[in-house]
Amino acid sequence: MASSYNAKEEDGHVPGSAGHGGAAEAKSKKPDNTAFKQQRLPAWQPILTAGTVLPAFFVIGLIFIPIGIGLFVTSNNIKEFEIDYTGVNSDSPCYSCATNASWNNTTPCLCSLNFTLSQPFESNVYMYYGLSNFYQNHRRYVKSRDDSQLYGDPNALKSPSKECEPYRMSGAQPIAPCGAIANSLFNDTLELYHIEPNGTRNLIPLVKKGIAWWTDKHVKFRNPEGNDNLTVAFQGTTKPVNWRNPVYELDPSDPENNGFINEDFIVWMRTAALPTFRKLYRIIQKKSGPTPTLPSGNYVLNIAYNYPVTSFDGRKRMILSTISWMGGKNPFLGIAYITVGSICFFLGGGFKQAALNIWSVHGILGGVELSD
Amino acid sequence: MAFWRRNTLVERERHVKANARDYNDKFSYTDNHIKTSKYNILTFLPLNLFEQLQRVANAYFIVLLILQLIPAISSLSWFTTIVPLLLVLLITAVKDATDDYFRHKNDKQVNNRQSQVLIRGSLQNEKWMNVRVGDIIKLENNQFVAADILLLCSSEPNGLCYIETAELDGETNLKVRQALTVTSDLGDVSKLVDFDGEVVCEPPNNKLDKFIGTLCWRDSKYPLDNDRMLLRGCVLRNTECCFGMVIFAGLQTKLMQNCGITKFKRTSIDKLMNTLVLWIFAFLICMGVILAIGNTIWESRIGRRFQVFLPWTEFQSSAVFSGFLTFWSYIINLNTVVPISLYVSVEVLRLGHSYFINWDKRMYHGPTNTAAVARTTTLNEELGQVQFIFSDKTGTLTQNIMVFSKCSINGQTYGDIYDEFDQKMENTEGTACVDFSFNPLCDRRFKFYDSSLVDAVKLEDPAMQEFFRLLALCHTVMPEEKTEGHLVYQAQSPDEAALVTAARNFGFVFRARTPETITLCEMGQAVAYQLLAILDFNNVRKRMSVIVRNPQGQIKLYSKGADTVIFDRLDPSSEDLMYTTSEHLSEFGGEGLRTLALAYKDLDEKEFEVWMEKLQFAGTVIENREDRLAVLYEEIEQGLKGATAIEDKLQEGVPETITCLNLADIKIWVLTGDKLETAMNIGYSCNMLRDDMNEVFVMSGHTLLEVQQQLRSAKEHILGLSRVGSAGDVEKSDMFADSVFEETIIAEYALVINGHSLAHALEPQLEHVLLDLACLCKTVICCRVTPMQKAQVVELVKRHKRAVTLAIGDGANDVSMIKTAHIGVGISGQEGMQAALASDYSFAQFRYLRRLLLVHGRWSYFRMCHFLCYFFYKNFAFTLVHFWYGFFCGFSAQTVYDQWFITLFNIVYTSLPVLAMGLFDQDVNDHISLRHPSLYRPGQQNLLFNKRQFFLCTLQGVCTSFLLFFIPYGAFSVMVREDGSHFSDQQAFSVTIATSLVIVVSVQIGLDTHYWTAVNHFFIWGSLTLYFVILFALQSNGMFGIFPSHFPFVGTARNCLSEKSVWLVILLTTVVCVVPGLVVSFLRIDLFPTPTDKVRHQLQSRKRQRPQEQNLRQSRRTSSRRSAYAFSHQQGYGELITSGKNMRTSRVSTARSAQRTQHSSNWIENVLKRKNEVSCISDESTEAPEKSDRT
Repeated sequence: MASSYNAKEEDGHVPGSAGHGGAAEAKSKKPDNTAFKQQRLPAWQPILTAGTVLPAFFVIGLIFIPIGIGLFVTSNNIKEFEIDYTGVNSDSPCYSCATNASWNNTTPCLCSLNFTLSQPFESNVYMYYGLSNFYQNHRRYVKSRDDSQLYGDPNALKSPSKECEPYRMSGAQPIAPCGAIANSLFNDTLELYHIEPNGTRNLIPLVKKGIAWWTDKHVKFRNPEGNDNLTVAFQGTTKPVNWRNPVYELDPSDPENNGFINEDFIVWMRTAALPTFRKLYRIIQKKSGPTPTLPSGNYVLNIAYNYPVTSFDGRKRMILSTISWMGGKNPFLGIAYITVGSICFFLGGGFKQAALNIWSVHGILGGVELSD
Repeated sequence: MAFWRRNTLVERERHVKANARDYNDKFSYTDNHIKTSKYNILTFLPLNLFEQLQRVANAYFIVLLILQLIPAISSLSWFTTIVPLLLVLLITAVKDATDDYFRHKNDKQVNNRQSQVLIRGSLQNEKWMNVRVGDIIKLENNQFVAADILLLCSSEPNGLCYIETAELDGETNLKVRQALTVTSDLGDVSKLVDFDGEVVCEPPNNKLDKFIGTLCWRDSKYPLDNDRMLLRGCVLRNTECCFGMVIFAGLQTKLMQNCGITKFKRTSIDKLMNTLVLWIFAFLICMGVILAIGNTIWESRIGRRFQVFLPWTEFQSSAVFSGFLTFWSYIINLNTVVPISLYVSVEVLRLGHSYFINWDKRMYHGPTNTAAVARTTTLNEELGQVQFIFSDKTGTLTQNIMVFSKCSINGQTYGDIYDEFDQKMENTEGTACVDFSFNPLCDRRFKFYDSSLVDAVKLEDPAMQEFFRLLALCHTVMPEEKTEGHLVYQAQSPDEAALVTAARNFGFVFRARTPETITLCEMGQAVAYQLLAILDFNNVRKRMSVIVRNPQGQIKLYSKGADTVIFDRLDPSSEDLMYTTSEHLSEFGGEGLRTLALAYKDLDEKEFEVWMEKLQFAGTVIENREDRLAVLYEEIEQGLKGATAIEDKLQEGVPETITCLNLADIKIWVLTGDKLETAMNIGYSCNMLRDDMNEVFVMSGHTLLEVQQQLRSAKEHILGLSRVGSAGDVEKSDMFADSVFEETIIAEYALVINGHSLAHALEPQLEHVLLDLACLCKTVICCRVTPMQKAQVVELVKRHKRAVTLAIGDGANDVSMIKTAHIGVGISGQEGMQAALASDYSFAQFRYLRRLLLVHGRWSYFRMCHFLCYFFYKNFAFTLVHFWYGFFCGFSAQTVYDQWFITLFNIVYTSLPVLAMGLFDQDVNDHISLRHPSLYRPGQQNLLFNKRQFFLCTLQGVCTSFLLFFIPYGAFSVMVREDGSHFSDQQAFSVTIATSLVIVVSVQIGLDTHYWTAVNHFFIWGSLTLYFVILFALQSNGMFGIFPSHFPFVGTARNCLSEKSVWLVILLTTVVCVVPGLVVSFLRIDLFPTPTDKVRHQLQSRKRQRPQEQNLRQSRRTSSRRSAYAFSHQQGYGELITSGKNMRTSRVSTARSAQRTQHSSNWIENVLKRKNEVSCISDESTEAPEKSDRT
């Protein structure tokens, strides 16, 4: 479609044709002499040389190794205890629960595990549940939620997003909260008892508040508005298929912790990135006084076993952990930093030697001789 | 109305009646309004959109968009594709709109030009666009012809008028058009008003040299042909005014009909890019298949059992079907490996590079006020890969301005300037010119620097006088004296004009001529010579002579010609003179001047009469007339006077440019219509041919076998010599004559081949031999080639050598070559605009080619390659994270990133830094590029971006994506926030990887940028800042409050980026991703430095020192080569003169030529017949050799 004709050119280039078309003297086409147009913008021209790269490596090494050591030490100082309570083996106390567990059970299957902490846990202790081989990051799973509904949008409450299928409607009633994520809410209940040397079992108080992100609890999740009474607010909706209780009765002990802003629910709704994950379950507050939060000794974990994972080779764990300035126990970062730091450090040194050799032997960087 | 419209579509015949708008309106011919624009305000959107969606890339993204709308497949929201796509479409649309706006503006300007139209009995000023078919319009001197018009009458006698057709065919010489005799005396408005002739003619077509029609007027019919037509685009010259009737107007004019669709040239990078995109596409499908298989396995082994939590949908009846759906989902997810913005970014870069070419003040030629123009914006990087340059000679290498610069008269040379120490001086601007003020008729533009010649002339030395008399008499120049003393010479070759002008300034003014006389003004006195005969020039004779009778009654023969021919015919008595002169000629030739020998002889009255009778007899014989004439001419031309040297001025800086381009390993072939000698001469003067070359092969065979023989022996010569040790295996050498072997030849050879040999050599069986031989030679000169052959040669190289070719020329005869070559460059100089219009780049001087290639081309290539490498790297690093994640999310096509990040990554977060690099990066600056031509070589060898480089940069991308995924993976598998809450969630993971990615690619581009201007800083830091700003904005409460389901990442950035451990992960990832690349490039620079690296290092180490200019100018050869005959001349002009056919009635000489008017009507026809020979230099030059060969 492009035409090669250009009317301007028909006009032009005959400077001598004065008198034609009132030919005003063609103005100079001389390009402006600006640094930009002449491509002479002042510029910094870094060149990779031994002089710049090697110190950089050293610096990286020098920075990374201490960070790595710091991380490693910190991570090692964090106390962590993990116990698998799935009950895969027949000798496990939860074996029978595991084999029988299903959503349909009306009464929880109870089992308990004994374990021993060899070291005391200081400061706040965090209790996590961990799931393995659980694909919370599967695309269909991830998208199976309705953020509008969870944000308390009345329209979405009554007609949830299509993404929630097949957990969108139960009969004619919309499910609140809809979707596969909500439907599969982790519903094991864990209780922790400390067995004192004299054999008494002390229930360790577990705090269920403050386990969710602040933004989630206060921004992202919101109960339907208009009514203080959640039962009324959720009227016209039905509970997710697998749930025992409707959403407004998730936490019978605390009315403020019900509906979409139930923290256990919020934690569950923040889907994990990887198929093996842990989620914060409870916090064990530091006791006032010198006694450690969890002294060393024997403990019993009581489990109301509701959540079936054996069908897909899933695993359930309970984790107790203290934290530090860098979060939880994370040996990976420390080791990675030390490794990378040392590699950089030694690379730098090695290169320096190599570069020096090359210098002296070939003089490549010194007196460069050009072929032309 | 509609009926007539349809009729015009199949117009078979055109009827136009003068002064009858009503009659002509019946046919609805197009008016003179032209429209080159494509859109108007209303049609722009639909038309432009439609056009854009036809492009493959855009169509691909439309398909993706459709895929994304299928819920079962869609793994990404529709906006991830549509936002970039819209942006891409928008940018293109804006560009198209701007282009069209300028077209509108140009159209408007042309349409509003004024012309004088005869309306209702009087001349009225009318805009061009209102001129209609059938109107009679008046044109004045130097005006553009407004439409295709039939010439009715003119101010000149016999209805003649002169036009310049530079716009149409690029020829600047004047052409004659003549009105029909019946209409030629209508030269008056009152008579024209009554003119009601009707023209019946062919429908509009694009043949510039053909027109068939008849004029019906006063009940008679007159045939019309092209010589009666003035076509739109021509300029009226040397004619006061003329009247014409509009036949074709506006878009139906031949000029507009010739504006065809321009063929788009594509660069090799373009082609490579397309191949690579296909590869990437195949790679994408492979990944899709792998992941789909993975999905099938996962669904059947785990997913099937995971149904307690995630039941299969109704679509997903089986694991295999799920895999199938996943395949498409992954195609959508991973589509960003084929970057949507790639094509647009590449276009933007090229546009920018083109602007830099347009803006370069070092490619601006002040005297002609021409800046370099990149007429095509798509070829810039190819300028950095040129291996072959095909150059025209005349007007390209040379200025096509002949200057009389030296002469040798009677054994004495003139023209050199000496300083006070008797040392030869270089001719510089400051040198004082000789003052010619003694001569009132002198040409003020003529410059001569040696005053001794003027002094000698003033002494009235007879030899001196004869010398200039000869120059003033022996030629075929036509004088034109408009006002007393203001002489203009119309010469058909510039050499002649130069000689006659020289004579004029030295006091032998050629003033007027009639068929029988030549009037000179010798040192102020008018002298009339009787012209007895002109013994015309031809290629075989290589000389021309005139026989004149001077006022004293003596008959004299003056002749000038090639030294060899003249020397052969010299009287033995002047042998001494011959030797001296011959020495001088060699000297002149050595300086690259064109030389010519002059001789004269006194003729006996009787001798002449006898000869004349013979001549007249021979003239009547039809058979072998030419031969006989030649024999006779030979007979009489026998005595030497001196020699002249004319400088065919090379354009400024040509030898330097050629030397420099040679150092850059660019082979320069000269393809010229000129004769062998002239071409070789120029070859020597611009350093392409040198005396120290081992051999210059001249191919001039006339038959296929001869040519074959010559080519073979030349090749054997080269190959035989270069492998002295192994003379035995000559047969083998044929096989070795490939590119590898070429490089090993150290000796320098040159090949000169003329047109008819070339015709044979280009035949299929010989073309390989020719090509091999030509590539073994340092220099190739093809002379006497036709425009077609020029194109064939280019085509040959283009086809068999996988090399980028560049053709440079200035004339219409170069157009074919310019269009054939990968890159066409037009010199917008002397010979009109034809070449420049057909070219991709145009500038005023050959020497700018050096800057165009070595600076702009190199930079463009360098930038484009780095840009592409980085672009692919970036997209692979970005996209493949999804691939790795596939293994951990059940191959479910779950994306790692936020959808908004995917949408914005390419177009917002990373586009500007890479564009800045693509626009401004320079490894070395322009001075260094020019000083080290060898830096150009990587481009020719395609080193900076090829499949290997592509593989390496994608590999880097893949590795980066691997690290980008697995380092956070390692960290996140057990990550806990500082407040103990769990942290290994998908959104935090996503934000961490995305942030790492943005930082890694920013650091990487920082390392890849060689030239950090403020713009680079601004864009890189700006992009990083912008990333964080947008990140926090998109994850803010406000956005979530408005669209909860579109911004589910609310608060993630805040929670995530406030963690120290996240920053530690980001730092680690960045270092680990960047360091290996750094190590590799550092090692490469140290161990295998490229020339560029060396230069950069050298510069760095010598930063303080001012770089001293390397002098590329090699010393002018001091050779003994005899440069030969200099005429660029055609036969037949002499005859025209003696017949008086081309004489114009000039006011000054009217009295003398009164007797001529009676036979004027038929000489004009002769002129018109002759016209082709006189004016169509390009055609003539192609036919002439064949003609002369056969004789």
